[in-house]
Amino acid sequence: MKRMSTDVLVIGGGSTGAGVAWDAALRGLRVILVEKRDLTHGTTGRYHGLLHSGGRYAVKDPQSAIECIEENRILRRTHAHCIEDTGGFFVVTPEDEGDYPDRFKAACAKVGIPCEEIPLKEAFRREPLLNPRISRVFEVPDGSADSFLATHVTAQAARQAGAQILIYHEVIDLLTEGSDGDRRVVGARVCDVVHGEEVRIDAAITVNAGGAWAGKIAAMAGVPVNVIPGKGVMVAVNHRLVNTVINRCKMPADGDILVPVHTVAIIGTTDERVSDPEMLTIEPWEVDLMLREGDKLVPGLSRSRILRAWAGVRPLYQEGYTGESRDATRALALLDHRQRDGVSGFLTITGGKWTTFRLMAEKTVDKVCEQLGVERPCLTATTPVPGAEQGHYWLGHRLHEVEEARLQGDLICECELVTRAMVEQAVANNPTVTLDDLRRDVRLGMGPCQGGFCTFRAAGILHQLRLHAQEAPPQTEVDGGLPWNVAYLQSPRHSVQAKPAALNPKVSPLDNPNLLLRDFLQERWRGLTPVLWGRQLKQERLNELIYLTIMNVDHLPEDGEASPLTEFWRFDAVAGAKEDGR
Amino acid sequence: MAPISWHSVDLTLDECIKCNICTSHCPVSAVTDLFPGPKYVGPQAQRFRESGQPRSPDHSVDYCSGCRVCNEVCPTGVRIAELNARARAQIVAEKGLPLRNRLLGRNELLGKLGSLAPALANFGLHNSFSRLVAEKVMGIARKAPLPTWSTSGTFRDWLKRTRDRRLKSNKKVVYFHGCATMYYEPFIGKAAVVVLEHNGYEVIVPEQNCCGLPLLSNGEFDAARNYHRNNVGRLAGYARAGLPIVGTSTSCTLTLKEEAPELLDYHDEPATTLKLGTYDIFEWLRELYEVGELRTDFQPLPLKLPYHAPCQQRAHRIGKPALELMALIPELELAESHARCCGIAGTYGYKVEKYQIAMDVGAELFEFVKAQGQDVRYTACDSETCRWQLEHGTALPSRHPIEILAAAYGLYDLERREVVAGKR
Repeated sequence: MKRMSTDVLVIGGGSTGAGVAWDAALRGLRVILVEKRDLTHGTTGRYHGLLHSGGRYAVKDPQSAIECIEENRILRRTHAHCIEDTGGFFVVTPEDEGDYPDRFKAACAKVGIPCEEIPLKEAFRREPLLNPRISRVFEVPDGSADSFLATHVTAQAARQAGAQILIYHEVIDLLTEGSDGDRRVVGARVCDVVHGEEVRIDAAITVNAGGAWAGKIAAMAGVPVNVIPGKGVMVAVNHRLVNTVINRCKMPADGDILVPVHTVAIIGTTDERVSDPEMLTIEPWEVDLMLREGDKLVPGLSRSRILRAWAGVRPLYQEGYTGESRDATRALALLDHRQRDGVSGFLTITGGKWTTFRLMAEKTVDKVCEQLGVERPCLTATTPVPGAEQGHYWLGHRLHEVEEARLQGDLICECELVTRAMVEQAVANNPTVTLDDLRRDVRLGMGPCQGGFCTFRAAGILHQLRLHAQEAPPQTEVDGGLPWNVAYLQSPRHSVQAKPAALNPKVSPLDNPNLLLRDFLQERWRGLTPVLWGRQLKQERLNELIYLTIMNVDHLPEDGEASPLTEFWRFDAVAGAKEDGR
Repeated sequence: MAPISWHSVDLTLDECIKCNICTSHCPVSAVTDLFPGPKYVGPQAQRFRESGQPRSPDHSVDYCSGCRVCNEVCPTGVRIAELNARARAQIVAEKGLPLRNRLLGRNELLGKLGSLAPALANFGLHNSFSRLVAEKVMGIARKAPLPTWSTSGTFRDWLKRTRDRRLKSNKKVVYFHGCATMYYEPFIGKAAVVVLEHNGYEVIVPEQNCCGLPLLSNGEFDAARNYHRNNVGRLAGYARAGLPIVGTSTSCTLTLKEEAPELLDYHDEPATTLKLGTYDIFEWLRELYEVGELRTDFQPLPLKLPYHAPCQQRAHRIGKPALELMALIPELELAESHARCCGIAGTYGYKVEKYQIAMDVGAELFEFVKAQGQDVRYTACDSETCRWQLEHGTALPSRHPIEILAAAYGLYDLERREVVAGKR
């Protein structure tokens, strides 16, 4: 068995895990991060993209609100290019309760969130599609965030500071020493799920940043961590109906946030306590609810083109809490298992928001340092990640670059303006196992046609790269050597200068283009079935003709192989079958 | 940029299923790489634009000629040409407009000015030295087919002069002549008047403005809004009283019917009344024919006539009524063009950087005309700038179908472009 050793083992490649790895590496600790799938495959990659001002929690959860506004200010500097400065409105619709708006305003002032009531005329000038019956509008410094890019660049920054990032490495077991009352976690046994190889990682401290999966990880050390998995359903509309984040000015509830992120607007969310964090099935009532509530912010939203629905599971945590997940705190929770459970060398960081991931990492690594007996200050609040010098993201960014560099002929994903060079660079810079990994890297297949025109192109390109790599294998290691630069991954202009990609020769699903193609189509399809009507149905009919009629995709041989993505899209089918059987 | 509403054509971007039919039919992207095609600059790029963004992200949309072939072929109803026009307006609002485009957008003003001393204006404009200067200084292509001012007075001068001879009748129709008929080609208006009168209709010609299309095509939406407001004010009352408003310029009538309300998001009651009461003249004449009220006392017209239904006519989505009515004329041998576009697209082909593109687009049509043989004396087309481009590309004179109809009624001399004696 391959064996590695480190100061800090971080479990989980979401925003929090990447943040912990970055923070710890900047403080000079040796770090290994393991993630069972791709970075951001879990909750981080399934959230609505709101960079909170804290306004949402000002009344209900002031501690969360304070954390949000402070982190909001920091991330605008450290992760500038991952953030769009949309601003946010809190709007009072006819249904919203009487004294909340004034309490809201007072609460914002109390926790230090800049909040200004603006004239309705101004609000409607900026957002013409807003419900005309809205009676008051407050402006706050909300923004929208690209959680895929942010996590990738945070991981890149960690890596540049010396951390190792191992994706598609699943923890099988935590290694413990000692007996009850004096146990210690000394690392983990992990499995490289792509190649089926086991690796033993010895670590002085193990940080459980498993998010909604944190309870399962902790259980491996015999520690009970009762994460409250709160499922949130989100629905994306085909284009940005608004360019400002729109929040209902009321107690947080279902479907009261509309966030413009990249080319879409996302309405969210529900909050349902579920039994399993992989339980991502979307019920019709959830979609109905989102659309009905969305209409209260932007009347007509429900009749616009609905692109996709998906669910993410919040890793909420409240010690001893048994109520509804909606009312559980959003504050971060750092569990020192030595103090709490008598198990040393093991920390769990959970709760919190995407907006507070950096703070969560800071508190965690403070505790790590304390337990390792070293004193090193946190640097993340003042250290911009690579690419932040580009300034805030703006909607026209990709189009502008494609136009300036005249890259129209190189587009692979036409909807999201992904060029061939971006695909090749992503493959070269990030371990790519499935086309879904490319989606997270460059937004492949995320636009109106949902993979209709880019899937076969991307599968072809990967196949070609693979053949090329077999002829002339790259001299670099799997996770060493190559510059791991993702700062410009989403930038068509920068990518044209990239050198031809080298490919990880050990990654197996890439050997099977049919598998790549089918898996990605199935994954896209999964998010479409809950919203399959109207204009998106027309699109899917065309896609069906392309793939099933012209390409006969459902009869392509795949040699019985499966990829990590296969397991993911099959999950629903299997769960559904179980329910039918009941 | 005009803010969006639920009426905005911008929202039709949601209809796009990315099928590429528009791109494969686009006559412009077929001849130049400078235009990436309707899908890309239209519904695709639109998702990356927002009103009030720090800067316009794109510029290649400026190479859209606005011919509307994309709209014509789109299976799902994306208003691609209109999306493009609105995107261009946003660029103009942000970056300003060159003097050339400002001038080309104002053909009414140019018409008026030139008509003060048309002979002098024609000499001033149509000599190789000033065309060279215009190209170098302003970017107006030296070879592009600019019109000449009428030296025999404007259309309204003729109306005034012949006031006593005009038909009075209980049956009335309102005529929208447009700028080209007013200042450059009054004979088109004369032919229309005599055809309408021949069918027993009194022709009312109210004061009117330019329809605003050249301004819309060049992205000057505020100025276009003023023109449209004036036209609505002057014409909506007739439409409300049930009088049809007919026009010989297919682009002017399309603007009143559709382009101005859609591009400007101008949907009040008078504008909608005008929109619904406006007809292409042949659309309306065909209605007369269908109820048996069109006179069919046509004289034989032994001609071989290639007819091109211009893009702006096809955008009306009314079939080809001019072709149907001309087919009633004995001995007239019609050849129907299926070319996509003549290339000129209003003022597009006048611009030095687009002149060659326009000629390359038009090649399909010029070839078609050539293929009809040596004995062709005229071509026919409903739109003025397209006729000028056709003449430029084929060296054959071109006629409006209303001139053909007037000639078949024996009211009009097709060669001299004059109403025959006794009718003028």
